[in-house]
Amino acid sequence: MKIVADTDRCVGAGQCVLTAPALFDQDDDGMVIVRVAAPEAGSVESARAAVHLCPAQALSCD
Amino acid sequence: MTTVDEFPQSRTCPFAPPPAYARIREEESVAQVRLPDGGRAWVVSRHEDVRAVLNDRRFSSDRRRPDFPELTAGAAAVKRPDEEPTLISMDAPEHPVARRAVLGEFTVRRTEALRARVQEIVDERIDALLTGPRPADLVEELSLPIPSLVICELLGVPYSAHAFFQEKSTALIARGTPPLERAAAIAALRDYLDELIAEKETDPPDDLLGRQIHTLREQGSYRRPALVGMGILLLVAGHETTANMISLSTVAFLRDPEQLALIRADPTRTIAAVDEMLRYFTIVDAATARLCVEDAEIGGQLIRAGEGVLALTYSANRDPRAFADPDELDIERGARHHVAFGFGPHQCLGQNLARMELQIVFDTLFRRIPTLALAADVDELPFKDDAAIFGLHQLPVTW
Ligand code: SF4
Repeated sequence: MKIVADTDRCVGAGQCVLTAPALFDQDDDGMVIVRVAAPEAGSVESARAAVHLCPAQALSCD
Repeated sequence: MTTVDEFPQSRTCPFAPPPAYARIREEESVAQVRLPDGGRAWVVSRHEDVRAVLNDRRFSSDRRRPDFPELTAGAAAVKRPDEEPTLISMDAPEHPVARRAVLGEFTVRRTEALRARVQEIVDERIDALLTGPRPADLVEELSLPIPSLVICELLGVPYSAHAFFQEKSTALIARGTPPLERAAAIAALRDYLDELIAEKETDPPDDLLGRQIHTLREQGSYRRPALVGMGILLLVAGHETTANMISLSTVAFLRDPEQLALIRADPTRTIAAVDEMLRYFTIVDAATARLCVEDAEIGGQLIRAGEGVLALTYSANRDPRAFADPDELDIERGARHHVAFGFGPHQCLGQNLARMELQIVFDTLFRRIPTLALAADVDELPFKDDAAIFGLHQLPVTW
């Protein structure tokens, strides 16, 4: 799995950080930072949840 | 088309959406309704479609536009097109820039840094409640002061002015407030904040408003009226939403001891309970109005440019397509995909702060006052049936 974030779309609500803090972070301005772009099998489910919850559909994964 | 419903609709039961929602959602999905001024708008009722509308640039949030759907009679008549836009009334490309300027104040990490202070505030209020008379009004003693204290401290607004803010925000969200009175409430808030912010300009203090002055000046985009608008928005949002969620959730927990027992047995469940309560009550419902500015198809219905749309978040949050047994309160269901905070670029900026406040209140209140009980029947409680933000005027409790 590969996670891609589109920071132009990100609205900084932090849903991803709340859902999968090991995979995502926010910079000082609130924009998403992908900490782990290729999550291990154990984190795939929470990565998918974060992608689904993102209010701006700024995240995608394969 | 069967009937044309009048909108906005009030709840007939405090624990359920207006009955027409389920009918619209199951029979029509997207339906035409009549607004107080007689104009028409579309309501969108399914979870998927509500998310689609709220994350689509063809639906504008610009409330200054003359044909923007208005939920109160006479509101259009007092609308001023030159009004200072706030975050909730901006579209791209203005909106992302303005939102980014303040976003850093509300990240998950920044919110977490406030946790200890919020816990302290909650404990102080519960101390005060416990030493006061029984029964007590939970709204007055706990629900209102907590978010009020938090937002005042965060913004750098003296808490001594909270009675004034409360009165004005109540007037703003009551649907029955005449448009001129509403305009006067906004003007009073604007005057107050204008003066306060002017004082902060000379030597910007380390509070949200001070930091905004500083940041915006550095960017060369500081304008006092814009910051005043932002301040009003954050104050009103900070007062009314969390307060009502505290009161309503307390009632829900007290009438459903099984759910309460779950969080009391294991406080790590509380954060999920918070999202379930948010979904279950969806206190800000049809406020997510939009104006279609480019023809779009939603749920099989063509919506044309110039037509108003109400994205019914409460209906979406009770859509069986998104939540199994949606009318059941079930804190373990996993309700994070609710749209109680909206969706898309305007999704609530303060949501993580709200979540944290609610989590701390639930954990602390029921731990410290295990015998907490309602001091009135649920059907006697004064629910805010007539407000843009649902809630309770008073909540008598005892212990
Ligand atoms: S959930 Fe989406 S919008 Fe929110 S911070 Fe993460 S990427 Fe950005």
